[in-house]
Amino acid sequence: MARTLIVNGKPHEVAAPPDTPLLYVLRNELGLHGPKFGCGLAQCGACTVHVGDKATRSCAVLVGTVEAPVTTIEGLGTPARPHPLQAAFIAEQAAQCGYCTSGMVMTAAALLKEVARPTDAQLRAALDGNLCRCGAHLRILRAVRRAARSA
Amino acid sequence: MNRSRRDFFERSGALVVSFGLPIGALAQAGLPPTPDLDAWLAIATDGHVTAFCGKVELGTGIETAIAQLVAEELEVAVGQVGLVMGDTERCPDQGPTVGSRTLQGAGPQIRQAAADARQTLLNMAAVRLGVPVASLTAKDGVVTGPGGRRVGYAELVGGGRLDAKLATRGRLKPSASMAVIGKPIPRVDLPGKVYGTHPYIQNLAVPRMLDGRVIRSPRAGATVVAVDASSVAGLPGNVRVVGLGNFVGVVADREEQAIAAAAALQVSWQGGAELPGAEALPVVLKAAPATERVAQANGDVEAALATAARTASAEYFVPFQMHASIGPSCAVADVRPDAATLWSATQSSFLTRASVATLLGLAPDQVRLIWVEGSGCYGHNGADDATADAALLSQAVGAPVRVQWMRAGEHGWEPKGPAMVITVRGGLDQRGRVIAWDSRVYSSTHSSRPNGAVPGDLLAGAELGLPRSVGNVGAGRNARPPYRFANDRVRLSLLESAALRTSALRGLGSPQNTFAIESFMDELAAVAGVDPIAFRLRHLQDPRAVTVLEEVAKLARWDPRPSPQANRASGAGRGVAFVQYDNAGAYVGLVVEARVDRASGKVRVERAYVAHDCGLIVNPDGVRNQIEGNVIQALSRALLEEVRFDRRAVTSLDWASYPILRFSDVPDEIAISLIDRRDQPSLGAGEPATAPVFAAVANAIFDATGARLRSVPFTPERVKAALA
Repeated sequence: MARTLIVNGKPHEVAAPPDTPLLYVLRNELGLHGPKFGCGLAQCGACTVHVGDKATRSCAVLVGTVEAPVTTIEGLGTPARPHPLQAAFIAEQAAQCGYCTSGMVMTAAALLKEVARPTDAQLRAALDGNLCRCGAHLRILRAVRRAARSA
Repeated sequence: MNRSRRDFFERSGALVVSFGLPIGALAQAGLPPTPDLDAWLAIATDGHVTAFCGKVELGTGIETAIAQLVAEELEVAVGQVGLVMGDTERCPDQGPTVGSRTLQGAGPQIRQAAADARQTLLNMAAVRLGVPVASLTAKDGVVTGPGGRRVGYAELVGGGRLDAKLATRGRLKPSASMAVIGKPIPRVDLPGKVYGTHPYIQNLAVPRMLDGRVIRSPRAGATVVAVDASSVAGLPGNVRVVGLGNFVGVVADREEQAIAAAAALQVSWQGGAELPGAEALPVVLKAAPATERVAQANGDVEAALATAARTASAEYFVPFQMHASIGPSCAVADVRPDAATLWSATQSSFLTRASVATLLGLAPDQVRLIWVEGSGCYGHNGADDATADAALLSQAVGAPVRVQWMRAGEHGWEPKGPAMVITVRGGLDQRGRVIAWDSRVYSSTHSSRPNGAVPGDLLAGAELGLPRSVGNVGAGRNARPPYRFANDRVRLSLLESAALRTSALRGLGSPQNTFAIESFMDELAAVAGVDPIAFRLRHLQDPRAVTVLEEVAKLARWDPRPSPQANRASGAGRGVAFVQYDNAGAYVGLVVEARVDRASGKVRVERAYVAHDCGLIVNPDGVRNQIEGNVIQALSRALLEEVRFDRRAVTSLDWASYPILRFSDVPDEIAISLIDRRDQPSLGAGEPATAPVFAAVANAIFDATGARLRSVPFTPERVKAALA
């Protein structure tokens, strides 16, 4: 039953059955802390990862259907080599509890790959499916604009 | 020192700062008496400082602010300070992390401990170097004396414990000398959150850990008739079924197996609560059995109303609302026959430990609760209940168990912020001054936190048939107007029960009470034909209150004129509200600019302006972040949020049925003016800016349209109905 999943550039043998949501494999089998369990309904965006280049709700994708390599926020950048969005989120202090942050960064990273300089409306529309309860929205918008400028 | 603290110090090579101060001196400084006076700080052999803090990080940045207080007084770099928070074996009990009180109460305690440690280290250096203590200075973790002689803190404590005989009370730095307090130090927890490495409770794994799920009844208070264990017999994952009274759970090897087993398990229930219709809630609240209290009474309200030149009356309503944490609650427990470890995102490590210990049949000191940060909670969400769930399941199966609530469980079972009705009557004299104010608040309790004594306050405890605590807390928060009126009366009808289980949601009763007070002040200002800010200033004496209102008027370029505005075509309006949080905390003046789409009824707040005085500011960017968050979250509550339920249970079970504000609808700008009072105590900033938001938005809608919204949330349907 084991299949190989490429996550953050490395192959992993997956023990879970193919109808297991990708998120559970990432958080339990691979021990990744980035993608968060938020709703399991693809409603909040906390679990967002990239499958290929596409921002994807990992709670609503079955691991057996994942063909392209998966990137989580751990694979996006590190303190030594931060992604521009990660540097910008720190520069703008764009979080409170931080539970939604990983999903915000991954959604924004997919957007910036597609649209290097999004308009404010494009930016808000792209992030509309990612919920933040602490109210860090204005800082998050500032951080993404900063990253877009710096890229 | 207990064993685990000693183990920690032995492992880390740290040595404890031992105060040896008489208990009396500590009590005078507001430090709680603890049997171990060395409960506050440790300096490791590499100079790293660990501060032990009974309060916990809820996403508000308190970890950074506390580190700043320690760094300031101990004379070390902020980066040298690490915090251990909310661990019952390593931290002093500083009470639960609630009420915007961490920097008010716990901050000064830890700050004083750091000052004491600095002075003690100076005393030790004086002995070591053979020079008078007055000739020594401490900076960056090093004591420097005459002729440039130096000795580091680590070296001073490295050879043994602090000399208790040399311990003395340290003098707090005067505000003019503060170098770290007041600086926008970047959050110490943010890099981990941004790189995806931060260890949330939802990510915690311990060896041999199994996954559990609890199956809750379709109605609160229902009883189990039968649990059909054969319904999960064929499922993978060594599924175990746990049934204790009306507490029913499953445990499996892996998370997805536990989810599948919870979905498959056949449980039949009977009885349970019959809820009132949500539409009739205001009527239900006003008719419910209640304890009557008078919160304030001056003069003769009835006589003043009888002689008033003009009178007005109004009734305001706020429905049940929820914390709606982005991460559903989670906890891990490892319960053994004579000891237990709980990993929990609770706000109340010590009280929750005691309540769960009772559930387990253990003494509190047999249980260690290790706090681990969770998703932001904004009050009493499901974190404590999940802790009890994990503990009971772990005890039943004899292995460590993680319980991760699902989304529907969090929305459905987290304790709700109570629905409230507030009625107000007011009278004006000929000159347009308020001479009579008569208000009545109807509310069930705003706190059913674990209190250490009555484990039925935990969901699992109630399911085991244990009693719940009685009492009514928080309804009166900001029920008393901040204004001085010749005749006033504020009555509280403290309801004995509620349709839904209720507890602390950010601000307790203050956003609802402030909604009523600040809306009604606006209504009276309109009756008097006076500018709303000028009208408020007529009735305010406290100079700090006056300052925030004047400051926010300046920030918003407020045009003094009565509401509503003459030109209603644009749909644009402005509204003001003021609060002194809890009548003794931070002062907030808020102006919002809103646009009302008359066709759709949709309200968008485009800009908000906040003047904020929370006394001494420890971290101005932290305060700004809290203000922005309070405003946005309270806008969400004002415009969108109402917990729906049918006769059986809550039906707002996901983000579609309980929508919150999204990026498209957040304001374009929140402009903030911080009033820093360097010589005043810190008053806390975690909640105050939530309180005035409902009223400011209602007042802006009134200014734009002439229509008065008295029920939260201000949905398009309600606005359209008010405009019709």
